[in-house]
Amino acid sequence: MSAGFDFSNHSRNTFLSEKGLKVPKATSTGTTIVGCLFKDGIVLGADTRATEGPIVADKNCEKIHFISDSIRCCGAGTAADTEFITALISSNIELHALSTGRKPRVVTAMTMLKQRLFQYQGHIGAALVLGGVDPSGAHLFTIHPHGSTDKLPYVTMGSGSLAAMAVFESSWKPDLSREDALKLVTAAVSAGIFNDLGSGSNVDACVITATETEMLRGYVKPNERTQKERTYGFRRGTTAWTAEKIRNLVVSEEITPIGGEEMDTS
Amino acid sequence: MGMPPTPYTPDPRRSQAWIPFNTRSEQPIVTGTSVLALTYKDGIMLAGDNLASYGSLACSAPRLSVTIPSYTIFGASGNMSDFQYLQHDLDNLIIQEEVTAQDGHQLGPKQIHKYLSQVFYARRSKMDSLWKSVLGGGFKDGKRFLLFVDLLSVTYTVLTLATCYGVYIAQPLLRKAFEGSEVRKIKEDWLHVLFYRDPRSTNQYQITTISAAGPTISPSLKLETEWSFAESIRGYGPQTQ
Amino acid sequence: MPNMSAIVHPQQRHFNPYAENGGTILAIAGADFTVIAGDTRQSEGYSIQTRYAPKVFRLTDRAVLAVNGFAADGNMFVKKVKQRLEWYKHAHAKDMPLRAIARLIQTMLYAQRFFPYYVYNILGGIEEDGSGAVYSFDPVGSYEREACRAAGAAQSLVQPFLDNQIYFKNQTAAPGRSHPSHLPLPDVLSIVVDSFTSATERHIEVGDGLEIYIVLAKGRSLQGVEGLHGLRELSTQEDGERVFVLQRDLKKD
Repeated sequence: MSAGFDFSNHSRNTFLSEKGLKVPKATSTGTTIVGCLFKDGIVLGADTRATEGPIVADKNCEKIHFISDSIRCCGAGTAADTEFITALISSNIELHALSTGRKPRVVTAMTMLKQRLFQYQGHIGAALVLGGVDPSGAHLFTIHPHGSTDKLPYVTMGSGSLAAMAVFESSWKPDLSREDALKLVTAAVSAGIFNDLGSGSNVDACVITATETEMLRGYVKPNERTQKERTYGFRRGTTAWTAEKIRNLVVSEEITPIGGEEMDTS
Repeated sequence: MGMPPTPYTPDPRRSQAWIPFNTRSEQPIVTGTSVLALTYKDGIMLAGDNLASYGSLACSAPRLSVTIPSYTIFGASGNMSDFQYLQHDLDNLIIQEEVTAQDGHQLGPKQIHKYLSQVFYARRSKMDSLWKSVLGGGFKDGKRFLLFVDLLSVTYTVLTLATCYGVYIAQPLLRKAFEGSEVRKIKEDWLHVLFYRDPRSTNQYQITTISAAGPTISPSLKLETEWSFAESIRGYGPQTQ
Repeated sequence: MPNMSAIVHPQQRHFNPYAENGGTILAIAGADFTVIAGDTRQSEGYSIQTRYAPKVFRLTDRAVLAVNGFAADGNMFVKKVKQRLEWYKHAHAKDMPLRAIARLIQTMLYAQRFFPYYVYNILGGIEEDGSGAVYSFDPVGSYEREACRAAGAAQSLVQPFLDNQIYFKNQTAAPGRSHPSHLPLPDVLSIVVDSFTSATERHIEVGDGLEIYIVLAKGRSLQGVEGLHGLRELSTQEDGERVFVLQRDLKKD
């Protein structure tokens, strides 16, 4: 065994794809995710569109993932990667909390995430916004797929990050109230929803303070589906068939008891 | 003994991919970043910083221009040499159309837009693009007009416009803010954000406007910036000191 | 030490003269009318360039052309078709018939066989016999007359829907009955609107606005749709074929 990481699978995959093997395409959440600090804690925000190339795969997916009671993580990038890495770190954080007997800290989750992502050298395509409140205060981080992190009072990630950052850069102030922070996060995510084709549908938000965590799923719904002009029901018998066979799936069986003694059912 | 081979002289007008010594510009060299434009009550306003970049080397150059004596202002991002060539070309056009012809017709912004889109289309079809995006505005006969043309000759007109980084950063802000806010404020917000987030930008900028009163172009202005929040940031992770 | 392989084999940076500007168009022919529609979003990559860039153009009182693909080529192509129709009108003192416009478009597209207009065209209108017609083209001029066609970004979403709803594909008629060969105008309009609202929900490059052109055969009235909000007439004559346009909002996310 040689030391260091083993990337032979990656070389193999590159070789195979050069030979013409179709690599399965992952659902990516071309996304707008944001977070900002306010007076009493953190507000996280996310849009709810998931895409597969130019096709909308999910119109109302959840991008704010659970880490612990007062730590949440928004994910952009490969959907499966963001879901699994947050679930994994969530488990490890819980175990860590049980073994130390303390409330988990945001930096702990951040360190676990960045170490895992660094280990995989960017092949886990997760771009994250991690936020939460712990005994040392409110913290907000971004974590890039290669494992670098950033600590700022307001952050954005995903394909709509520039649109959202523009909103923060022009309006964010220290010590915002809860209402103002929510309003700002909504505006930032909306900028992504309406200006970035990779983002769309609704605004999810999550407000985390020292005392409670409030998950606001579908906080704003600016893109409700309208009534279609026609109804598309089909008459029974619309689908053609070549043969008809009806089978009785109810199996009836008669049981004749043999011997004198009745079963004891008491 | 035969004749020595004649050196091959490339004809830049021919669109053949195999010309050995290529005279076409294949990439922009000295570039300018975002220009921003918006329609307001009385006319059109354009803004852009005064930076031209040669790779990561910063030079200074204005990127806004007014066509005289016409009704159009424009600004450009992308290759600065192509911008200056285009200014020259438009000057010639205007001398031809408005001074020499003397037929009482003057080119309005719509005509300039069409002219630019045709020039750009012809160049891209020769595989010899003008490596730049142009946006401009005009005011003629009481009507405002905002235009955009890029290196592929993709054109459009809208109420708010941006190029380069501005497309991602400034345009979303503007589309939102446009719904009835004061113009100067929007413009400053815009330029601030761009300066904070575009690594190839500077905080010295110019503004040009056009309205019924005619075109104006500002001297070089300076943005006041705010970095004090950075004082409280410690590191990128667990650091607290 | 410089990279020698880069010197021995000069690297060619390729200029790509094309872009993909998204959007979708469709056309449906009725017995004595044709509906041609397109969304109005123009995009590049993940950015919206404009929420209103028309992709459907009136050519004559009986012909409407929808173009989709690379916007600069589309605009240039429409401009050139219009110019040829203008010349035709001056030479013959009448508008070019629809089937002739279709053939003209074919030759104009094929003329650029080795540097094609990267544009999918759908031509809709009224033939000289008064029937509704749709002609669809590929970028280099192959074309055919059809009853309905979708093209552009969401073609793969919309065309199967039209096959099912217009051609009644995979639908068995009730015993003793048959499917109608042409649908009435109000039904066609609602199918068009539903096609676009659905494509908007599931395709990121479709949205913002919808422009529906309606071409009516000579003597046919607007029967059943005259009350529609925002219907505008574009015809130049009262007694010939008539062209109308209808605008609708689509979602903007």
